[in-house]
Amino acid sequence: MNEIKENQTKSLIQVRNLSKTYKRGNEKIEVLKNLNLDINQGEFVSFMGPSGSGKTTLLNLLGGLDVPTSGSVRIGDAEITSLSGKQLTSWRARHVGFIFQLYNLIPVLTAFQNVELPLLLTKLSKQDRKKHVEAALSIVGLGNRMHHYPRQLSGGQEQRVAIARAIVSDPSFLLCDEPTGDLDRSSANEILDLLSRLIQEFSKTILMVTHDPIAAERSKKVLHLEKGVLIEAQNKD
Amino acid sequence: MAIPIIYNIRSVKARYVSSFVAILAIAGVVSVFVAVLAMANGFRRTLMISGSPQNAIILRGGATSEIESSISLEQTKIIGDTAGIQRDKDGKALISPEVVGIQCFKLRSSGTDANVQIRGVSDNALKIRSQVKISRGRFFTPGLAELVVGSNAIKSYDGMDLNGKIKFGGEEWTIVGIMEAGGSSFDSEVWCDHNILRQTYKGNENSFQSVTVQLETPETFPAFKDAISLDPRLTVSVEQEIAYYEKRSEMVFTLIKVLGFLVAFVMGIGAIFGALNTMYSAISARSTEIATLRAIGFSERSILFSFILESLFLALLGGALGCIIIIPAHGQMASTINWQTFSHLNFSFAISTEILLSGMIFAFVMGFLGGLLPAWRASRMPVAVALRGL
Ligand SMILES: Nc1ncnc2c1ncn2[C@@H]1O[C@H](COP(=O)(O)OP(=O)(O)OP(=O)(O)O)[C@@H](O)[C@H]1O
Ligand SMILES: [Mg+2]
Repeated sequence: MNEIKENQTKSLIQVRNLSKTYKRGNEKIEVLKNLNLDINQGEFVSFMGPSGSGKTTLLNLLGGLDVPTSGSVRIGDAEITSLSGKQLTSWRARHVGFIFQLYNLIPVLTAFQNVELPLLLTKLSKQDRKKHVEAALSIVGLGNRMHHYPRQLSGGQEQRVAIARAIVSDPSFLLCDEPTGDLDRSSANEILDLLSRLIQEFSKTILMVTHDPIAAERSKKVLHLEKGVLIEAQNKD
Repeated sequence: MAIPIIYNIRSVKARYVSSFVAILAIAGVVSVFVAVLAMANGFRRTLMISGSPQNAIILRGGATSEIESSISLEQTKIIGDTAGIQRDKDGKALISPEVVGIQCFKLRSSGTDANVQIRGVSDNALKIRSQVKISRGRFFTPGLAELVVGSNAIKSYDGMDLNGKIKFGGEEWTIVGIMEAGGSSFDSEVWCDHNILRQTYKGNENSFQSVTVQLETPETFPAFKDAISLDPRLTVSVEQEIAYYEKRSEMVFTLIKVLGFLVAFVMGIGAIFGALNTMYSAISARSTEIATLRAIGFSERSILFSFILESLFLALLGGALGCIIIIPAHGQMASTINWQTFSHLNFSFAISTEILLSGMIFAFVMGFLGGLLPAWRASRMPVAVALRGL
């Protein structure tokens, strides 16, 4: 391991022998089996695979929302599998931006207030928070919808607010679980354009689960999760 | 920084039906709680303002109330000669040897019988009790069977009218005046000449039941008390009038309070379950939201805190509503049996800032207890599971 580290540029995300087994009564479900994965800073990676193959499970482990049965997940300098629940929480606040299929905006908060949430966990002043929120919302093209509530926005707009919320605190990487799964083709394309822009202009690292081959085509690398292991499908430039 | 309170306030509003149930339950308990405290307070105030710090009341040694007490004519004379008693401009001591009796009258409201305290007083009584004023008619003429009726009593009893006549104790009495006693217990009494009343209650010709005196100043009391206590001819006990009435109010005051707290406690448990239910349903309806907040990086503690705050917010609304509901009861009349004399006593609900504050504190306690478990559960929710919407 040490030699590998010296020889290669260290990747942002290093997953080694990751296993996750769920217990349902007496039955054990092995969802992930000794899975290995390396993702570099600035990469856009898609995960595909049949329903129930463990894509969400993998994202949850990478995002520190769940703990593996065995194996290691190293992100940057942090071995997150050895963090306590409390440490994991503040690690998430600093390093991960989550984007969900159903947007998961807080319905009683405006777009501005939703995007501000991650910044409430920082030491930024109210004025600085306002600047960051406005910047994030203008990146996603919703500078004029700041004081709208989620119910006053279309699905595509809601997902853009969610993306603004995910990037506002400048995390190390974004985890998107079927971000276009609930959108029509044109809204989905807008979201995918936005994610591509985040890679190109802001050199974000994005991991995206999708069922949509068109969405997967946007990414540089597509990985298939089948029977608990990852298979690299294509490698475009 | 914590989850903004606006999140909770708006969530309470968004789930207004369920929130309203909890708010109403808390409001109900708080209004009952405040009403009971106001009742106890009003009762106590009625008795407290009956007594003056400048007056002293003398009973037979060992007697706890006027009804049990007896003071002979000679003893009243000795008391009247004691130093420290205020004198009028003719040099007469301001002393009122008094006889008390209980008489049954029909209540105007229900037609049922109630006991009224009849007090035979000296012609000095109005000077000694400066809070008592004749509001209509006149004071009785000593030596005549005339009555002065308290302002609450005149309203309460059948057949009591100014210039009307009523019969009791083998005597026909004329009501010649109505007295306003500032909401004190004298408003529920009927006064007459102590000599006539002594004859009415046979066998008591030569004795009274209490002596009330006005002292030169409230500070004279200790010296006066010593003088009375040291006099070998007297076997009496002396109390400052205000202390006497305070003690008399203690039992009923405590009784109302204990009963009230008991009722409020039982109702409070109901309201806590109401809040608990509302909060549990709020939390299960919002589990994805909570998991999202946790994913963003809010700690278990800030979730716990946020939901306790939400429950306290419900309590604030419930408490405020409860207070608003019950405030109009302030000043409303109520009546009770004065357990010392078994006579009817009118008093009014007296809501004070302290009582409203206790009501709010009680609301917050209910909100806190109702919110604690649900908030704890919310904070411990496994994030990955909750995000799946399971
Ligand atoms: N908490 C849990 N307890 C038991 N089994 C679970 C739990 N969470 C997930 N599973 C199981 O793990 C397997 C993988 O689930 P996962 O949600 O990761 O799949 P997925 O690839 O994201 O599927 P989809 O494409 O439908 O979203 C499924 O069989 C699921 O039923
Ligand atoms: Mg999934």
